[in-house]
Amino acid sequence: MKRTIFNNQLLPWLLLAPQLAITFIFFLWPAGQAIKQSFLREDAFGINSSFVGLANFRALLDSPEYMNSLQVTAVFAVLVTALSMGLSLLLAVAVDRMIRSTRLYTTLLVWPYAVAPAVAGILWWFIFNPTIGVMPYVLNVIGYDWNHISSKTDAMILVVVASAWKQISYNFLFFVAGLQAVPASLREAAAIDGAGPVRRFFDITFPLLSPTTFFLLVVNIVYAMFDTFGVIDATTEGGPAQATNIMVYKVYFDGFVGQNIGSSAAQSVVLMLLVVTLTVIQFRWVEKKVEY
Amino acid sequence: MIENRPGLNLLAHLVLVLGVVVVALPVWVAFVASTHSATDFMSGTVPMWPGPHLVENYSKMLDSGVSTSGTPPVARMMLNSLIMALAIAVGKIAISILSAFAIVYFRFPFRGLAFWCIFITLMLPVEVRIVPTFQVVAGLGLLNSYAGLSIPLIASATATFLFRQVFLTMPDELVEAARIDGAGPMKFFRDILLPLSRTNMAALFVILFIYGWNQYLWPLLVTTDAQYYTIVAGIKRMADAVDGLPQWHLVMATAVLAMLPPVAVVIGMQKLFVKGLVETEK
Repeated sequence: MKRTIFNNQLLPWLLLAPQLAITFIFFLWPAGQAIKQSFLREDAFGINSSFVGLANFRALLDSPEYMNSLQVTAVFAVLVTALSMGLSLLLAVAVDRMIRSTRLYTTLLVWPYAVAPAVAGILWWFIFNPTIGVMPYVLNVIGYDWNHISSKTDAMILVVVASAWKQISYNFLFFVAGLQAVPASLREAAAIDGAGPVRRFFDITFPLLSPTTFFLLVVNIVYAMFDTFGVIDATTEGGPAQATNIMVYKVYFDGFVGQNIGSSAAQSVVLMLLVVTLTVIQFRWVEKKVEY
Repeated sequence: MIENRPGLNLLAHLVLVLGVVVVALPVWVAFVASTHSATDFMSGTVPMWPGPHLVENYSKMLDSGVSTSGTPPVARMMLNSLIMALAIAVGKIAISILSAFAIVYFRFPFRGLAFWCIFITLMLPVEVRIVPTFQVVAGLGLLNSYAGLSIPLIASATATFLFRQVFLTMPDELVEAARIDGAGPMKFFRDILLPLSRTNMAALFVILFIYGWNQYLWPLLVTTDAQYYTIVAGIKRMADAVDGLPQWHLVMATAVLAMLPPVAVVIGMQKLFVKGLVETEK
């Protein structure tokens, strides 16, 4: 709160006008439309629509495809988060030991942040290409027949790797910052008491890092659920047999390709509720700032 | 803490070098592929070292593109991406800094409501409400235009929050001094607030430029006219079109060109980038 303020009444509204106008036209209005359409059903020609109550939502609950999509999203989000946070933490702990080479390693590790998810998808699609890719060639040597076009597991691995790869740099930067905030005195005290590096990490560093870890957990789940559209669309397009059809992809696919507006709108509403929940959790936590 | 354990240091270096290699692998493979000719892929595996066709492939893509895929030359798509990324970054910063100024330095009725309207945009990523947003933009006749590509993505709660945070930490004495000197709100904004938030703006600009350049779903939907394709969205169309006869060397050249500008920004302005990343997450 500012003690001193300006007294104009009209000026603040003029200043707010551009942002409020865009927010209203492109955010609130479409969101309202999504909510409205989720209660309507259009006829086959898209001319008339009638109020159907919660039928669209009930249809979602009854749809094995949607249930599959929920499950796929959960598996995908957990795998992406675990893989990318695990690797980043390992790299951050290693960089934390360095004195002179920190900057060099950081530069070499942060740039994938700038690669678009769709481009990341294309890159990994190429590496894992069953006929000319590098990885299937290597996997073939150890006796694994890679094919993400027919194998559900392989397709899931492909999109998880591509999505996690892009997120490593982000997690790495935040883990490095978190590690630097752990007081050196605590680690020194533990070292004097005879605790080895592994013990020190698990008993002191990791617990003290928990605010960072929790924050990244939420950010990564949000990323995996909402920002990986490009990865999916550029590689598997939800296939094979719905194996990688995550929720944001299904909203797009049902709405634009399937032209099922009511169902797509109901899915939008479900997703909005999810984002709201995640945002609230994130803000609650950030405000509390767990301290020891 | 400095500790003398050569074994552990060696292990740390090993982990990092491995990490760097894994992170760089896909880009290396793409770069190598982009320097070969189509026939080099016939043998079954991708070569691991660059070939002699670098200049040829890249100049072909920049100048003419793949004619069969219906995509314009890559140079054109990069220009579109640049326009879109700049419009989004500059637009977001402009409208956010104005609204943050209004919220922090004025008291007016419904101030809380206005704040909440902005806050709520944080919870509505475009992917989530894609169909109705597309309908709105189509209804306004903004399909296939730079305005349609950028304006719907300009509203941002994150940037408004960032500037609000910055303004809240500025000493009250600044406003008092300005008012004693007879400066009105806009003069205060222009002569004091803007110069003082210059680094925050720069840091935010780096993040937003990357955000704008990397947009995928939105340009894919609102551009059906090839003249407005952006490179990140165009690459998919290209990969689809060349699926029949694999022109991987050309697709990979495009992929390399698509990531070059944002990666250059991150590496060249690393300090600002890290600052922006940390600040926007507060």
